[in-house]
Amino acid sequence: MSSLEIKDLHAEVVTDEGNKQILKGVNLTIRSGETHAIMGPNGSGKSTLSYAIAGHPKYAVTSGEVLLDGENVLEMSVDERARAGVFLAMQYPVEVPGVSMSNFLRSAATAVRGEAPKLRHWVKEVKEEMGKLDISSEFAERSVNEGFSGGEKKRHEILQLALLKPKIAVLDETDSGLDVDALRVVSDAVNEYKANNEVGVMLITHYTRILKHIHPDFVHVFAGGRIVESGGKELADELEENGYVKYTDKAEPAKV
Amino acid sequence: MTVTNDAARTAEAAEATIPAASRAERFASYDVEAFEVPGGREENWRFTPMKRLRGLHDGSAAASGEVKVDADAAPEVRVENVARDDERLGEAGVPSDRIAAQAYSAFDSATLVTVPKDTVASAPSLIRLTGPGEGKTAYGHVQVRAEAFAQATVVLDHVGSGTYADNVEFVIGDGAQLTVLSVQDWADDAVHVSEQHLRLGRDARLKHVVVTLGGDLVRVSPTATFAGPGGDVEMLGVHFADAGQHQEHRLFVDHAVPHCKSNVLYKGALQGDGAHSVWIGDVLIRAAAEATETFELNRNLVLTEGARADSVPNLEIETGEITGAGHASATGRFDDEQLFYLQSRGIAEEQARRLVVRGFFHEILMKIDVPEVRERLEAAIEAELQAVGA
Repeated sequence: MSSLEIKDLHAEVVTDEGNKQILKGVNLTIRSGETHAIMGPNGSGKSTLSYAIAGHPKYAVTSGEVLLDGENVLEMSVDERARAGVFLAMQYPVEVPGVSMSNFLRSAATAVRGEAPKLRHWVKEVKEEMGKLDISSEFAERSVNEGFSGGEKKRHEILQLALLKPKIAVLDETDSGLDVDALRVVSDAVNEYKANNEVGVMLITHYTRILKHIHPDFVHVFAGGRIVESGGKELADELEENGYVKYTDKAEPAKV
Repeated sequence: MTVTNDAARTAEAAEATIPAASRAERFASYDVEAFEVPGGREENWRFTPMKRLRGLHDGSAAASGEVKVDADAAPEVRVENVARDDERLGEAGVPSDRIAAQAYSAFDSATLVTVPKDTVASAPSLIRLTGPGEGKTAYGHVQVRAEAFAQATVVLDHVGSGTYADNVEFVIGDGAQLTVLSVQDWADDAVHVSEQHLRLGRDARLKHVVVTLGGDLVRVSPTATFAGPGGDVEMLGVHFADAGQHQEHRLFVDHAVPHCKSNVLYKGALQGDGAHSVWIGDVLIRAAAEATETFELNRNLVLTEGARADSVPNLEIETGEITGAGHASATGRFDDEQLFYLQSRGIAEEQARRLVVRGFFHEILMKIDVPEVRERLEAAIEAELQAVGA
C-alpha cells in the first residue's frame, strides 16, 4: 500500500526571461488502487504538476511538499524518484539518437530493480509486454523514440510502465495523439497493469474519451494552477457537457 | 550554375564569414618559399592559434628529431623506407598550405606502404608513428598505395610527444578498395599538422577515417581528388577535445570528373575550458563533374561551458547536371531533455550522460569496421567522460 501526498505545492517554470509561477497550491493524495483523473483546460498547469513531481530541471518548486510513503520526493534526484517508484508517462517522449530501445529498457530495468534482470527472462518479459501493446519487435533495435509516430511513442511509454512497475504512475495526456484503436490498446495495457499491481494512477487529460476506457475513482478539475473542484465520475460527464468555461472564468476573474 | 552555401554555427554564435575565394583558386606548391608566411588572418588560418604552431608555419622550426615508424603489416602488404627523391612520392597531391610545403621540403625519407595489384590483404596493417619527443620537431612523409584492384585496411596510429608536420598520401589505383584510419592519439604536449592527399583512380573506393583524441594542437587537412570517373570516397571523423585542446579538421573534396561520389560525416564532442574544434568542409563540383553525388555532415556536442566548436560547410556547384549535393552542420549543447528522460526511468545521471554521448557517436563508430580501433575509440570516449566525472 503506497501513497503520494501532494501538499500545498507551488512551482515555477524557469525561463531565460525569469521565472513564472504556474502551480498555486496543489493538494492531492493518491493511494494504491486509486485512479485520479486530472482534467483541465490548456495552460492550466497540468503538465507542470507532472514535471514537478518527476523533477524536471525547468520547473522549480517554491513551496509545499510531495511525499511518497512519507519520504520527501522533492529532495530526491530525478533518477532517485524513479527508483523510489514514481513513473511519469510523458506527453512528449524525448528522442535519444544512437541509444537502442532494448539497451535503454534494460538499463532502466536494471536501475529500478537494483540488479540486471536475467537475460532469458528479460527477453521473454519484454516480448510479452510489447505484444500486449501491439509493438512490432523491430522497435527494440531502433533508437529511443527516434522517428516514432506519436502513437508509437505513447505505446512505448506504457511499455516502460509495465516493465518498471511503479507504485505511482503519472500519465500525462497519454491519450493525446492516439487514434481510437491505439487508445483502446494503450488503455487495456494500463488497466491490466492496474489489475495486477498495487498502483496509484494520476491520469492527466484534456479530454474525457480516455475515461471511457480507464475508469477514474476521482475526477479533479485543474485550473489556474490548482485543483478547483473534485468529485466522482459524474464530474467528468458534466465537463463533457459544459466544457471548462466556468472554471477558466473562476480561475481568471480578470478576464470577465 | 553556381551555388555557394556557407554557414558557420558555433555554440558561442561566431559570425559566419564567406570564404575569400573559391576553392578552385586555392594555391598549391611543393616549394615552401612559394607561400607567404601566414599571419593568422588568412581564410585557411583564421581559426588556428598561430602562436601554438611552434614556428612550423614561418620556417623557424628546424627539424631536431625524428618520428619513429613501427609497422605491423599484413603479409601481402609491403612497407619500405624510401628516399625523398623516390619518383612515386607526390603523386596524390600538392601541398596547399605553407606547413604542408614546409614538411614536403624538410622530410629526409618517406614511409611507403604498398598493397600490390590484385591483392586482398588478409589483415589490417598497423603503422605506428611515435612523435620525436617533448621539445623536438620532426617532418615526415607517408604514402599508402593501393595498386589496381587491391583491397586493404591501413591504420596510421600517431602517438607520443613533440612537434610534427607531415604529408600523407593515399594513392588508390583503378578499382582498388582501401580503408584507412588516421588516429591522432598524441600526448598532451604534441602539435601535429598534417595534410592528407586522397587520390582515387577510376572506380576506386576509399574510406578515410580520422580519429583525433590527444594533442595540444592537431590540424588535419584531408583533400580528396579523383583521377577518373566512378570514384567513391567516404570521409569519416571522430574527435573529442578536452580543456585547452585545439582540434581542426579541414576537408576539401574536389569533384573534377564525372560520376564520382563523396560522403562526409564528422562528429565531435568537446568539454572543458578552452576546448576548441574547427571543422571546415569544402566541396567543389566543377563544371566537368556531371552526375556527382555528394553529402557532408558535421555534428558537434558541447558538453560543458567554455568549449567552442566552429563548423563551416561550404558547397560550390558549377554544373546543374549533378545527382545530388547537400550539407548540414549543427552544434548543440548537451541536451538536458534527453538526460531528464533517461533519469526519469531510474538511470543515474552519470550513466545517462554516457548513454547520450555514446549514442551521439554510435552512428559513426558503427562505420569503423576495424574492431581493434573501434574498441580503442569506445574506451577512449569512456575515459574522456570519466575524466570530467560526467
